[in-house]
Amino acid sequence: MQARGEGLNHAGLFMFTEVQRSIMSEIIETDVVIIGAGPVGLFAVFELGLLDIRCHLIDILDKPGGQCAELYPEKPIYDIPGFPIITGQGLTDNLLAQAKPFAPTFHLGEMVAGIERLEDNRFRVLTDNDKAFIAKAIVIAAGGGSFQPKRPPVPGIDAYEGKSVHYSVRKMEAFRDHDILIVGGGDSALDWTLNLQPLARSVTLMHRRDAFRAAPDSVNKMRALAEAGQLKLVFGQVTGLEGDDGHMTHAVIVDNDNQEHRLPATRMLPFFGLTMKLGPIAEWGLNLHENLIKVDTEKFETSEPGIFSIGDINWYPGKLKLILSGFHEAALMAQAVSRVVNPDKKVLFQYTTSSTSLQKKLGVA
Amino acid sequence: MAKITYIAFDGTVYDIEAREGTTVMENAVRNSVPGIEAECGGACACATCHVYVDPDWVAATGEPQPMEEDMLDFAQDVQPNSRLSCQIRVTPALDGLIVRIPESQG
Repeated sequence: MQARGEGLNHAGLFMFTEVQRSIMSEIIETDVVIIGAGPVGLFAVFELGLLDIRCHLIDILDKPGGQCAELYPEKPIYDIPGFPIITGQGLTDNLLAQAKPFAPTFHLGEMVAGIERLEDNRFRVLTDNDKAFIAKAIVIAAGGGSFQPKRPPVPGIDAYEGKSVHYSVRKMEAFRDHDILIVGGGDSALDWTLNLQPLARSVTLMHRRDAFRAAPDSVNKMRALAEAGQLKLVFGQVTGLEGDDGHMTHAVIVDNDNQEHRLPATRMLPFFGLTMKLGPIAEWGLNLHENLIKVDTEKFETSEPGIFSIGDINWYPGKLKLILSGFHEAALMAQAVSRVVNPDKKVLFQYTTSSTSLQKKLGVA
Repeated sequence: MAKITYIAFDGTVYDIEAREGTTVMENAVRNSVPGIEAECGGACACATCHVYVDPDWVAATGEPQPMEEDMLDFAQDVQPNSRLSCQIRVTPALDGLIVRIPESQG
C-alpha cells in the first residue's frame, strides 16, 4: 500500500470524537464524495461516470446548481463554450441532464462537517446532519465556500446565536410560547411569521420598508393578522439585544422615524439571505493559498493524497475563476481519481463521439 | 472619465478615474478598494457591494430600481442613501461622485 497522508490522523481536525462516531446513523459507501453540487461538481459526475466511478454529492443548498441556481438563476452567462447565452438555471438543468445517466445521489441541505482518513486509506466524511460516508476519494468543488445566513450587524449578537437568535427553524416547538421577533421581507420571513404565529406568545415582524418581496398571498395573510392585532408589524432595524447569558429578553429597535424602542423578545429570527463563507474547509488541514485550496495542475489533487479540488475553490498559478476552467479541471481530476479508485484498471482515453463503450454508459448506444 | 471618491469605513479616501459606462462597483473592485465584495460579480443578486451615496449626490445617482430595492433588503444597516454600487453606472454627470463604504457587507 502507498504511504499516503502520513500524519493526517494525528491532526485533530481530521478525527471525529467518539460521540460523533456513535451518532453516525447511516453509513454510505461509495467511490467518490463530491462536496458541492454547483456546475463544476455536476460536471465532475459526468467525467467520473464515464470512467465507471459512482458519486454522492453533498451541498448546503436545498437544490443543485450552486451559485448559478442560488444567486443568478435568471441571469445570462455568456462565456460557456458552445452557448452564446445561457441562464444560470439553464446551465444547471443541462448539467443535471448530462449527469443523469450516472445516477448521482444528492444530499442537499447538508454541510460536510469533517473528514478523516481510515487505516485502509479511504475517507470517512461526516455531515452536520450526522450522515456518514466512506469514500475512496473526495472531490471538493465548493465554489465560494458554503452559503451561510447573513448575520445582522448587531453588537454582541454572537452571544445569543444558537440560544435565542436562530437563522432557521429546525423545530417549531422550540419557539412555542416565546416572544418572537422575525426580521426580513422575503418568503422565509413571511412563511415563518405565519407558521409560528399560532404557537408563539407574540410575534413581531420587522422589515426596513413597507414593501415585501414575499408571495402576495403570504403578505395579505400577514397584513390581515396585523390588522386583527394578532401580530405586530414594525418598519425599522434592530440595533441592540438585551439579555443575560445568551438568553435574550429585549431587542432595541430604531423605527423609520428614528425613534428607539425596547421590544420584548426572547427569540429572534433574522432572514437577510445567504453569503458565502469558506466554513469548515479551512479546518481540514489542507494547504491553502489565501483561503483557496492549493492543487497541482495535472491531477488537481490537494496536499492530501486522495482529496481533490476543482472549480472556484481551488488555486494554482494562473488560476481563472471561470466555470469553463472548472470543467477542464473536472476532466483531468477524473483521470487521476480513476487511478485511486481502481488502481489496477488501465484508463483508456476515448471520445464520446466514437466509443461504443462510452455511448453505452451514456445510454445512447 | 469621471472622478469617483470612495471613502472606506476607516476613513481612507480612494480617488478613482472611472470610465463612462462602467459601474461604481467595477471601479472599486478593479482598483482594490477594500470593503466592496461584489460576491455575485455585478448581477444585482447578492447585496455585497452596498454603499452610501453622499447626500449631495443622491439626486444625481437617482433612485434604486425595484430589483435593487429588493436586494437592498439583504444589506446591513440600510439608510435612505443606500445603493448597490453595481447598479450605479458612471456618466459625465457623476464626475466628482462621493460614496461611503459600510462597516460590513454581511
